[in-house]
Amino acid sequence: MNKHPGIWQRLEPYVYLLPTCIGLLAFSAGAVAASFFLSFTQWDMISPPEWIGLGNYVGLWQSSLFWDVVRNTVMFVFMAVPMSVVCSLALALLVHTPLRGIRLFRTAYFLPVVSSMIAVALVWSWLFNPEYGLLNYMLHAAFGITGPAWLDDSTWALPAMVLVTVWKGLGYSMVIFLAGLQNIPQDLYDAATIDGAGGWTTFRSVTLPMLSPTTFFVIVITLINAFQVFEQTYVLTRGGPANATLTLSYFIYQNAFQFFQMGKAAALSYVLFACVFVVTFLQFRIQKRWVFYG
Amino acid sequence: MGKRIVPALRYAILILVAIVMVGPFVWMFATSLKSQEEIFRTPPRWIPEHLTLANYERIVHVLPLGSMLLNSFTVAIGATVGQVLSCSLAAYAFARMRFRGKTTIYLLLLATMMLPGQVTMIPVFLIMRSLGLIDTLQALIVPAFFGGAFGTFLLRQFFATIPVELEDAARIDGCGRFRIFWRIFLPLSKPALATLALFTFMSYWNDLLGPVIYLSSTEKATLTVGLANLQSDIMTTRYDILMAGAVLSVLPILLLFLVGQRWFVRGITLTGLKQ
Repeated sequence: MNKHPGIWQRLEPYVYLLPTCIGLLAFSAGAVAASFFLSFTQWDMISPPEWIGLGNYVGLWQSSLFWDVVRNTVMFVFMAVPMSVVCSLALALLVHTPLRGIRLFRTAYFLPVVSSMIAVALVWSWLFNPEYGLLNYMLHAAFGITGPAWLDDSTWALPAMVLVTVWKGLGYSMVIFLAGLQNIPQDLYDAATIDGAGGWTTFRSVTLPMLSPTTFFVIVITLINAFQVFEQTYVLTRGGPANATLTLSYFIYQNAFQFFQMGKAAALSYVLFACVFVVTFLQFRIQKRWVFYG
Repeated sequence: MGKRIVPALRYAILILVAIVMVGPFVWMFATSLKSQEEIFRTPPRWIPEHLTLANYERIVHVLPLGSMLLNSFTVAIGATVGQVLSCSLAAYAFARMRFRGKTTIYLLLLATMMLPGQVTMIPVFLIMRSLGLIDTLQALIVPAFFGGAFGTFLLRQFFATIPVELEDAARIDGCGRFRIFWRIFLPLSKPALATLALFTFMSYWNDLLGPVIYLSSTEKATLTVGLANLQSDIMTTRYDILMAGAVLSVLPILLLFLVGQRWFVRGITLTGLKQ
């Protein structure tokens, strides 16, 4: 290598990047292309793939189960995302200003984030137990309400899954909001106080606009994650009762690795991809109207 | 409002929220120490009437717990090594070298953060199958050796803050770029490397989808998939035993988190992205 310093100089960066580039080609770009190809085939992983054109997509369009799955996914996203963003912002505001022992509370709120979804879902399925669960016991003891059967009830299973998801992710978004809050210059608050603005006015006209880039970011990633909900479904309900909690990601898993319909699963994964892409794209288009880059 | 009431009110809300966030963990632990008969008793008690470790003994009988813990550790540590190595090499190239296609490759890499894993799941499975890695721990570890957007971004940001003068001085002393990377950049980047290591370890330790797809035999199962199967196949209502398993799954990661908390928080605020 010392004989050809010029060549080595030029090649060296690519050697450092070799693992990354192989990963990009095989596990990302190549895989995205392969999925696209597979989505036009019928394939059970035993006999060779058979080209069926738009067959998988047409089949999905005509299947009522598919539309149930889409509806469940969309409902899940539109319940989970606003709830998660609003609650985590409220939490961040609550733990933002200094107070004795505030770090302890921040730590406590972050615990669900680092725990495995399996452990969290197991304890929640126990809390949700209709007869012996703590949740229904407390509802009855405190308010005299007979709680629903939660995960066994097709009306309540999806909201219950939303609850677990929001609870687990709160601490994560809270930390991002907290960083955003700490970046707001103190003189803006001082100016607001001098102008005689009250707490609510200051929040509306200083905190919210200054925080909007952070809020935008939190909404984008919460949306992307919500569309991919899998582990909660796997542990809490496996899609039941009566497919009430069957979401896209779990449906893809079922088709691919339980029914071995690889083509159909690939087509479904492109539906998910399209949903995530369109929603993220719209987010970036709409942001100009409400995100304030000071 | 009086000055004393406001903090008191804030503490009240803080404690209420803390009960909601931590309560389920306490309930998990409490249930794991109860007898099967006691968990179904009303009114439920937070502190078990008769403390018992029987559930922990029983879970060792129904699950090959030793091998599952070992598998989880192997996957998490293997993947962590892979991510730290491959991401730091790439991050160094992006931070300190000039070459053709740099911006294109970097943007392409960052774009993969938006890519839902479900789109690549099937082809990656086929790659692993053709490599003969189905039902092996390598199927989960190997991809970690081929870089990642989160880790590369995190480390590149950190490397960019290291003064160029340090590098120049080393170069005058005759150091090659790899030695500069190995002897200067890596030791100076311990906080960022710790952040990446913690995040990678956590996400692989907690991962369920990967093990569910790749690990079919009981000997190869990690703790997460073992617990999921235990719940669905054998004992849907044995919450006493299931909670003991859940405690064992949560405990290592909680300890790790309490030790490395500041690195976790820094990692999130630095990149704002989840693994």
